[in-house]
Amino acid sequence: MSATMRIVNGQVYDPKNNINGEIKEICIQDGKIVDAVDDDATIIDAKGMVIMPGGVDIHCHIAGPKVNLARKLTPEARRHDVHPSTPFTRSGSGGTTPSTFAAGYRYATLGYTTAMEAAVSPIGARHVLEEFEDTPIIDKGFYVLLGNNIFLHNLIREKRFEEFEQAVAWWVNATKAYTVKLVNPGGDEAWKGKKNSNVTDIDEKTGPSSDISPRQIIEAFVKTVNKQGYPHPPHIHCNNLGHSGNYITTLETMKTAGDLRAHIAHIQFHSYGGVVGKNPISKAAEIADYVNKHPNITCDVGQVMFGESTIMTADAPLAYVLKGHTKGKWVNADTECESGCGILPFVYQEHLYMHTLQWAIGLELFLLSEDPWRIILSTDHPNGGSFMAYPKLIKLLMDEKFRHEEMKRVNQKALLKCSLPELKREYTLYEIAIITRAGPAKALGLETKGHLGVGADADITIYDLMDDKEMMFSTARYVFKSGEPMIANHEFTTDSKGKVYHIAPTYDNKIEEVLKPFFEDFYSIEFSNYPVDDHYLHQHEIIKTR
Amino acid sequence: MPLHLKLHTQPEVPLEADCICPDKIQSLKGSEISSMIVFHGNRQVKLGEFFDCKGEFDGEIIIDGDLNNVKHVGASMTFGKIIIEGNIGLHTGAAMQGGEIIIEGNAADWLAAEMQGGKITVKGNAGHMTGSGYRGSTVGMQGGEIFIHGNVKNETGHVMRRGLIVVGGDSGDFTGVNMIAGTIIVLGNMGIRTGAGMRRGSIICFNEAEILPTFTRNCVYKPSFIKFYINYLEKNGFSIDSSYTNGTFERWSGDSIELNRGEVLLSQYKNK
Repeated sequence: MSATMRIVNGQVYDPKNNINGEIKEICIQDGKIVDAVDDDATIIDAKGMVIMPGGVDIHCHIAGPKVNLARKLTPEARRHDVHPSTPFTRSGSGGTTPSTFAAGYRYATLGYTTAMEAAVSPIGARHVLEEFEDTPIIDKGFYVLLGNNIFLHNLIREKRFEEFEQAVAWWVNATKAYTVKLVNPGGDEAWKGKKNSNVTDIDEKTGPSSDISPRQIIEAFVKTVNKQGYPHPPHIHCNNLGHSGNYITTLETMKTAGDLRAHIAHIQFHSYGGVVGKNPISKAAEIADYVNKHPNITCDVGQVMFGESTIMTADAPLAYVLKGHTKGKWVNADTECESGCGILPFVYQEHLYMHTLQWAIGLELFLLSEDPWRIILSTDHPNGGSFMAYPKLIKLLMDEKFRHEEMKRVNQKALLKCSLPELKREYTLYEIAIITRAGPAKALGLETKGHLGVGADADITIYDLMDDKEMMFSTARYVFKSGEPMIANHEFTTDSKGKVYHIAPTYDNKIEEVLKPFFEDFYSIEFSNYPVDDHYLHQHEIIKTR
Repeated sequence: MPLHLKLHTQPEVPLEADCICPDKIQSLKGSEISSMIVFHGNRQVKLGEFFDCKGEFDGEIIIDGDLNNVKHVGASMTFGKIIIEGNIGLHTGAAMQGGEIIIEGNAADWLAAEMQGGKITVKGNAGHMTGSGYRGSTVGMQGGEIFIHGNVKNETGHVMRRGLIVVGGDSGDFTGVNMIAGTIIVLGNMGIRTGAGMRRGSIICFNEAEILPTFTRNCVYKPSFIKFYINYLEKNGFSIDSSYTNGTFERWSGDSIELNRGEVLLSQYKNK
C-alpha cells in the first residue's frame, strides 16, 4: 500500500484540534498528517468508523530486568496464553507480563502506538533498550529511577544542589531516559538498611544517617527537572503506596511541587483515608479536588481491574509487605546503590473489601476529574491489571448502566465507603480520546503524538463504531504507524520496530570527576562502562529540553 | 473398528502430536486425519508424513510403533480410549480430563502432568514428574487415576491436589513433593525425601522408607481403608500379597514445615 493515503467518511475525534466526531478527511504522506494529497492516493473508506490518534500509554511496565524476572516467575502464564505468529508478525507469550513481541502486537491491536516504560534502574537501561528493539510497532521511552540513588542523596544532604543538577542530567544522558522517576523516594534505603522498615511520612528522615527526608528528595528533583525543562516532569510514585491514610502523603507530595510541574503516578493507589492497619476509605474526592485546582499537576490513575495481575515495583518494601499477604512466589532485589525491586503475582478479587475499594477509587478519580487532560488512563500495567483490560475500563467509564451491573458483583461494604454508586457521569468518545491519547501526549511533551493536525505523526487508529464500547476498543480495524498500515481489517499487514524517545539535557563534564570515585568505591561496574552506548539505540529521536 | 495409527517414519526430532486426541479426531474422516498438523521440531507437517492411518474412529485409537519421540499424545482429551502398543514420549495425557489411555510399554517424563480426570494405565515404567504440576504451577494433578505397573522416577505427584497414583514398582526421590492432597500408593520402594513440603494427602508405601526429620511418628495401626484399596488395585491388574490386607502400618504426619496434615503410611508387614 502506498504511503500516501486519504481516509474518508470517518468520524474524527481529535481533541487537541477541537474536532469532536466530525466527518473529516485525514491525509497521510511520508509518515505525517498533511493537509491534502494527490488524487491518486490510496483511499480508505471509514464509513461507520471512528478515527482517533494512536493511543499513548504514559505509564506501563513492559521491558527490562524486572519484567523479565516476572516472566520467569510465571511460566504457567506463558503456557496458557500463547501468542501465535502470523505471516507478518512473530510469536510470543502473554499473561500479565507478555513477551516483548506479544506486548508490541497487543498494544497495536488495541490501537495504541506509543507506550512509556515507567521504571528502569539506571543499571538496567541497556537491557530495556535491547528489549525495546524487540518490542514491535509501538514507539517507546522510559523513565529512569533516581529517587533512591545514594550518590544523589549524598549531594542533597550536603546541599550541593548545583552538582545535583549536573549529576541528574548526566544520569539521564547516560541511560538515554525520557525523564526521571521517583519511587517511594527514600523508602528503599530504609528497607535495605533497617530490617525491612519503610518511611511512613514525607518528612520522616531516612538514609544511612537518618538526615534526609522524602520531601527534600522530591523538592530537589522537581526543581531540577523544571529548571532543565524536561518535556515530561518528574514522574512520582509517592511514599506510603497502598497504606490507609496515605492521601495525606499524596497531598503533601503535590504541595511540595508548589506551582512547578509534577506527574503523580497511579494516583489511585495513593488516595486512601483511614488509619494504618485498618481498612481504608476513599479519599478520591480530596485528591481529585486538589488535582482539579492545580494545573501544574498531571496524573495517571492506575486503575485496578479484577483478575490476575503482577505486582512489579521499585518500591521494594511494598512488595515485601504484599508477599506476606499472598504467601506465594515472590522476588525482592537490591539494585546496587540506586534502587530496589519487588515482584509477585497477584489476583484482585471482587469479594474483598480492599480490592473493591481500590477498583472504586480509580473510577471515582476518573469521574470526579474536571480536566480529563490531566487524569490519564492507566492500569499501571501490570500492577493494577493488564493493559489488555483497557477496553473494559473504557466501557466502565462510558456506560453507567454497565458500571452499576458490575457494582452488584463486588464487595458491598466497600461501596459504602466511597461515592461511586452516586456518580452518574458517562465519558464521551471525545473525552476517551483525551485520556488515552491527547492528554498523555501533552503530559509527555510529545508534540507530534496524540493528535491528527498537520505535521503530526501519522499514528492513527480506526475503530468500528459499536454500542458495546469494550468490544469496540478491543480490536482496532485499522492501525497506522508513521503512515504505514500495520493492521488492516483486523489483520496485521506488516511489522515494524517503532522508535525510542529520549532526552539529552546538557551538563558540565566536570561532574564526572565527582561521580567517578563513588563508582570505583561502591559499584560493581566500571564507571567508563556504565553509560549506555549509542549503538543500543535503534531508531531513536531526541526530544528537546526547553 | 478403531482408528489405527502406525508410525512409518521415525521423527528425527520430537514430534508434537497433541492432535492424536479423540476430541480432535472424532469428526474427521480418513484423509482429514492424515492431514492434521503436527510440529516436527519447529516445522508444521501433516500427521500422514509420519503415520499410516487406517480405520475410522469409533471412540478408540490404537497407536503402534516406537513412539519415544512422539509427545503430547492424548493431551487434554475428555473422552474415548487410546491404546499405545509400545513406548511413548513426553507429556502423554497432560491436562487430560476424561477417557482412558493404556500404554503397553514405558512412558517418558511428564506423564499425565496437570491431569484433571480419566484413567491412565502404564504396563511398563514411567519417567520423572508423573502426575505433577508444570514448573510455576501451584497445582498439579487435580483428579483421575494413574496406574503404573513398573517403576517411576523422581517427583511423582508433585503438587498434586486430588486423584490416585499407584506405582507397582519403585518410585524415585521426592515422591509427593509439595503435595496438596490426593493419594499415592507405592508397592515397591521409595527414594529419599518422600512428601517433602506436603500439606495434606496420603502417601502409602508397602515397604520401609527414609522419612524426613520434619515428619512426626504418630502410631502403628491397621487402617481399615487399605483393604478396599487393595481390592481395587487387584481389579486393576496389580498382584498384592494378601497379608497386606489386614496388615499394620506406621503413620507419620508432616510435613511440619507446612501444615503437618499430610500422612505417610509405611507397611510393617515385611519387618515382622
